[in-house]
Amino acid sequence: MRRRDLAAKISLYAILLAGLVVVVGPFLWMLLSSFKTEGEIRSAPTGWPSHWTFTNYRDLFSRLDFPQYFANSAIVAVLVTAGNLLFCSLIGYALAKLDFPGRKALFLTVLGMLMVPGMVTFVPQFVLISNMGLANSYAGLVLPFLAGPFGVFLMRQFLLAIPDDLIEAARVDGAGEWRIFWRIVLPLCRPALATLGILTFLASWNNFLWPLVVATTDDKYTLPVALALYSIGQNRIYFGLLLAGAVVVVLPVLIVFLVLQKHFLRGIATTGLK
Amino acid sequence: MTGWSFAAPFTVLFLVFALLPVLASLVMSVTDLRATDLRHPLAVNFVGLQNYTRLFEDALFRRAAVNTGVFVVIGVPLTMVLALAAANGLNSGLIRLRGLFRVGFYLPVVTSIVAIAVVWRFLLDPEAGIVNSLLAAVGIDGPAWLQDSRTSLASITVMAAWRNFGSLMVIFLAALQGIPVDLYEAATLDGAGRWQQFRRITLPLMRPALLFGAVITGIGYLQLFEEPLVMTQGGPLSSTLSVSYHIYNQFGFGNYGYAAAASYVLFVAIVALSALQFRLLGARDASS
Repeated sequence: MRRRDLAAKISLYAILLAGLVVVVGPFLWMLLSSFKTEGEIRSAPTGWPSHWTFTNYRDLFSRLDFPQYFANSAIVAVLVTAGNLLFCSLIGYALAKLDFPGRKALFLTVLGMLMVPGMVTFVPQFVLISNMGLANSYAGLVLPFLAGPFGVFLMRQFLLAIPDDLIEAARVDGAGEWRIFWRIVLPLCRPALATLGILTFLASWNNFLWPLVVATTDDKYTLPVALALYSIGQNRIYFGLLLAGAVVVVLPVLIVFLVLQKHFLRGIATTGLK
Repeated sequence: MTGWSFAAPFTVLFLVFALLPVLASLVMSVTDLRATDLRHPLAVNFVGLQNYTRLFEDALFRRAAVNTGVFVVIGVPLTMVLALAAANGLNSGLIRLRGLFRVGFYLPVVTSIVAIAVVWRFLLDPEAGIVNSLLAAVGIDGPAWLQDSRTSLASITVMAAWRNFGSLMVIFLAALQGIPVDLYEAATLDGAGRWQQFRRITLPLMRPALLFGAVITGIGYLQLFEEPLVMTQGGPLSSTLSVSYHIYNQFGFGNYGYAAAASYVLFVAIVALSALQFRLLGARDASS
């Protein structure tokens, strides 16, 4: 019996390890290949680089405008994240702890928006942003994402679990609602804000369709847009450059994820959404 | 009314950039709005349901709908099975490396689809790709995965499952950990085997998590877009053209009204699929 248990355990480990190789392998391959010469990527796609070269990265940052794309991605993601943290915690507090007419309808409408595919909104959003004269601008890239329904859901759920006594006590002491919000509610929300902040930053960093449509010139491309446009059509660039570009898109997110993974996984497990 | 002062900033942005566009899209879908009308979007003609009837006569749209349907019907169960297997594997008394596996399996979920699609295009390259090199090592002559219309959609489906199963795994793992251990102990005493326990205890108790996983994966997969754009540009022979990709192309041609109609068909499909999944997996008696 014990022997069978051991055998079962070993085979389980073997299967999981094989799975891990299949899932993580492509990332390692991407990283290793980005340090290879173009010829070696084609002739010897597997294995360690025979000699490490930084040419791909040098070209990416000098011949192509990747510093600009990187900055654009970062600017957009920071603004979108800041907006969601502020607006979603404000409305989340109202929905969870304050009574006002239309509260339930408002919540249900926002929640329903989670089901609407991006394709439904993007054409009118594009018409709107164009008519506001904001096409190909940071404002145009950021505005439609400043207030997302997911953040409202997350903040409301978190705030519902906070006991009313704390807020009541502050009210009895004569504190106004805004003071209560800034001094008591927001500090308590730190874990939820961390989760929301990370998930929003990530979603914005990886966002593709909207910047693809709104950013029409090189100087406003975000990283995924640049990477996609350089990988297809007449702009196609070398394998090695593309892989180095993919590393530049993926690496910041991977580092943030590995450092702050508990916030990611908690966000997923508690709200069930990515 | 303090409530509204807290809710107002979000609500204003939400009205202008989300709710208004949802309604505008519906209105657009019954007009002949084109890119050239952009400066005067109110000066367009009402065309009734013409965009919708044209849509279903459009061979490319029908092709895209079939492709997307196949992708969802194969991709959602495949992703669920992988996630369920991984979650059960990680939940079966293996404590030491659970964190490592969980983080590893979750890795593709947080990375940009565009970057992943770029990498997989190389991995699946018929000559220089690692997949065919490995197959050649065991004497198999691998196909031209993405360049062959018989394997292109299947390749994208498997890649999507590879990328997304980690997020369902985390949800399933949380559900598994909520199942009381004594249920399994009692079943073992009654002589139930591993497989029987899985069928009779695990699956029924995981039903809400399974339903949730099926719904969010279905919603996501119906919107397939980035993978074909980067990996195949919808080809070869439209074998990987998806509904979202078709909408994007129509938008690119300037056919805004037509694109809006197609996007509403997609929206209805999403609602219908979610409703269907609720009926199939939803409030059924646990004993059935």
